[in-house]
Amino acid sequence: MEIIEFIKQPWPWYIAGPLVGLTVPTLLILGNKNFGISANLRHACAACLPANISFFKYDWKKEIWNLFFILGILIGGIVAFQFLENPNPIIINENLKAELAQYGITAIDGMLPSEIFSWDSLFTLKGFLLIVVGGFMIGFGSRYAGGCTSGHAISGLSNLQLPSLIATCCFFIGGLIMANYILPLILSL
Amino acid sequence: MKNTKQNTDFETRSLDTICVNESQLEHKWYHNIKYLIVGLLFGIVFIKAEIISWYRIQEMFRFQSFHMYGVIGSAVIVGIISVFLIKKFNIKTIYGEKIEFHNKTFNKGQVIGGLIFGLGWAITGACPGPIFAQIGTGVTVMIVTLFFAIVGTWVYGFFRDKLPH
Repeated sequence: MEIIEFIKQPWPWYIAGPLVGLTVPTLLILGNKNFGISANLRHACAACLPANISFFKYDWKKEIWNLFFILGILIGGIVAFQFLENPNPIIINENLKAELAQYGITAIDGMLPSEIFSWDSLFTLKGFLLIVVGGFMIGFGSRYAGGCTSGHAISGLSNLQLPSLIATCCFFIGGLIMANYILPLILSL
Repeated sequence: MKNTKQNTDFETRSLDTICVNESQLEHKWYHNIKYLIVGLLFGIVFIKAEIISWYRIQEMFRFQSFHMYGVIGSAVIVGIISVFLIKKFNIKTIYGEKIEFHNKTFNKGQVIGGLIFGLGWAITGACPGPIFAQIGTGVTVMIVTLFFAIVGTWVYGFFRDKLPH
């Protein structure tokens, strides 16, 4: 059982990063597939509501492997949460903890702060901005950019693509602006 | 194929290389199980390394922790070495197909869309992959985030020919 106990610890970056990186050659060697998760959002549109938009008119069934891939991620989330969960609360930076406390976020547990990411908060302005507007920007932005963190930052950079480097830098600039200048305003609502 | 200078060609390949897979082979559906297994292992890494944690993303954007930089940086280095080796030794897929790579072309979307994506990433602490793992950990409200990410994608598709590229 010691191995299970060991696995239950949070994994360090030098274990996780290379495993994430190996996803690129694994998908290529298994079937010439490019690692890119946001494409699935487009496949969902193509499958459910193509609405005669040329961008959604393609053979999405050929891309069904990617839907299996994300179904795997969902199941992986369930497995890790049910059987491999870290028994100790997540340890976060003290400055972040102090900052979140200013906004009334004191329950530091799980993967997302339950005080703001919950069904109850969905119907508040704060929750709406975080859960709905945030989701919209992820979908709109990743498709506009032609990929997300997997398609550009991992796959694209692995193939030394300059456009992917530009996109990745913009992801970070957007994130820096949000986390440091806009999110504090939203969380203060 | 680059005869159209304007963005009037909404041909899939030019702006959205990652959306179409290369394989010309057709398989029975159960061949896709292998991708489910890769996804499953990937999801476990997401959770165990706390890559899908909202707190880790906030730390990253506040330069309070090296963790996410280490994850992304080492992932990219392993990816670069892997792609280099595949090209150098002309490694084939398990079905014997040649592995194809395509160069991406720059367009303004990578800047404008990239910034918008970054804003959303820092709000939700999730990119499209981690959303699924977050739902898996029981934060079911993220289904709403996923739904609106799909809505966002659809709205992009709807206004695509009016947006600067």
